[in-house]
Amino acid sequence: MNAAYSADEMMTVAAARMLRNGAVCFVGIGLPSTAANLARLSHAPEVVLIYESGPIGAKPPVLPLSIGDGNLADTADTVVSTPEIFRYWLQGGRVDVGFLGAAQLDRFANINTTVVGPYAKPKVRLPGAGGAPEISSSAKEVLIMVKHSKRTLVHKLDFVTSVGFLTGGDAREKAGLPGRGPAAVITNQCILRPHPESRELEVVSIHPGVDRRTIVESTGWEIRFAEKCGETEAPRVAELDVLRELRARTAAAHGVPGDEA
Amino acid sequence: MADWLTLAEAVAAHVHDGDSVALEGFTHLIPFAAGHEIIRQGRRNLSLVRMTPDLIYDQLIGAGCAGKLTFSWGGNPGVGSLHRFRDAVENGWPGPLEIEERSHSDLANAYVAGAANLPFAVLRGYAGSDFAKVNDRIRSITCPFTGEVLAATPAVRPDVTVIHAQKADWKGNVLLWGILGVQKEAVLAAKRAIVTVEERVRSLDAPPNACILPSWVVTAVCEVPRGATPSYAHGYYDRDNVFYRAWDQVSRSRERFTAWVEKHIRNTQSFAEYLMLQNDTNARAVYP
Repeated sequence: MNAAYSADEMMTVAAARMLRNGAVCFVGIGLPSTAANLARLSHAPEVVLIYESGPIGAKPPVLPLSIGDGNLADTADTVVSTPEIFRYWLQGGRVDVGFLGAAQLDRFANINTTVVGPYAKPKVRLPGAGGAPEISSSAKEVLIMVKHSKRTLVHKLDFVTSVGFLTGGDAREKAGLPGRGPAAVITNQCILRPHPESRELEVVSIHPGVDRRTIVESTGWEIRFAEKCGETEAPRVAELDVLRELRARTAAAHGVPGDEA
Repeated sequence: MADWLTLAEAVAAHVHDGDSVALEGFTHLIPFAAGHEIIRQGRRNLSLVRMTPDLIYDQLIGAGCAGKLTFSWGGNPGVGSLHRFRDAVENGWPGPLEIEERSHSDLANAYVAGAANLPFAVLRGYAGSDFAKVNDRIRSITCPFTGEVLAATPAVRPDVTVIHAQKADWKGNVLLWGILGVQKEAVLAAKRAIVTVEERVRSLDAPPNACILPSWVVTAVCEVPRGATPSYAHGYYDRDNVFYRAWDQVSRSRERFTAWVEKHIRNTQSFAEYLMLQNDTNARAVYP
């Protein structure tokens, strides 16, 4: 591991690079919000950030702590009601990229944010769906950020909150979901993409300093590596500078870096 | 026409044991003062509805006011878990809590349906998920024109909706701005509506298309400055992020939570007294 940057910084930079300039992005709070704003402040100044509380085209100077912070409204092109966000903008097909986190993720990139254990008597009651089920179905494509561990990348979800490729193959198309589904999963160890036919996630790029055994041991299913599995480009100085300045500004404003939850 | 009442009068008159109650506000303008007053007056067996339960429902649930919760995201934003909500779901404390779980898009659509006097909402949602397995009110309907199968979910029609807004004029016309969430729809979907406001003004001086709730769709309006703290009121005060983080510790144990509710809510007479107890220095300017 290169000591010049952390694994979390690598994950955030790798995720930010996937947002193209001008894309309309529906942003979840926490890690996705950090990556989306890093993209906006570096290579993608024209990215349009939509938050489910109503701001469209938000340009927050510091990371929001909640999905409805005032700086999102102050800097947005327009602020609409929450029903309008979901009806006209997301379901209306105007979102290019949905950017989500997950408590549990399976090999077909289905997401659980509802419960650990049985639904009626959960071991851990998680927050629940929020906007994710409709983001994962209606956004043209989805990016997912998770920290890599056996507790997170699991063999079987305890509850399917938001769908990826369901049981794989053409199951998603058959279910009639409007969006194409997850394009990539970015972790603190690697980048995974769905295999073009089976739709099972496979490692396509390993972050510098991480070995295959670590990834195998921290994945809850028998993880596959793509034939052309490469190495992720390490964060550039310019990327790290922008990310660190953003987090420092956020800490100064809120007393916390803004993406810990 | 809305009646100008004190918050204690409004809750006494319009929130009853067993009512379905929606206290809305999406991170912004959360009606905390009204939530406290419901606890203070000891309401029981409420069927609570709210997209994001937040700290306000953590308090109501922990204080034993709720019999049921309809929601779509139950966390402490930017911090982590809602411990009282989790304790109720995981362990049935302080009593059993029935839950009806939906998605944000569903509940937003369900408020719209309620406001439009329709029995159900239609949305392109839930396909492939496990929600319908645990909530038999999430069903489907086939479009009579295209044959597409869509999700159908029941409208939300609360007995009473409570929101907080920035201003009301002397007639009780209400103005809110910033992040609007589902407040307008929640008010129009409800049989009765209580609105607390930062200030009572002679005239709203609002531009056309501003979000105004006319006095005649509001049952009671109450002047409660800082009534949304520790959430925020755009143009008046910021979110108290320190309180949100501190709540993680206060709410973690039943004993500490109960002591907090006793001291800060049950043993205070009003939200003004609560703010003084919180050492809210800004409160002194608005509550002389």
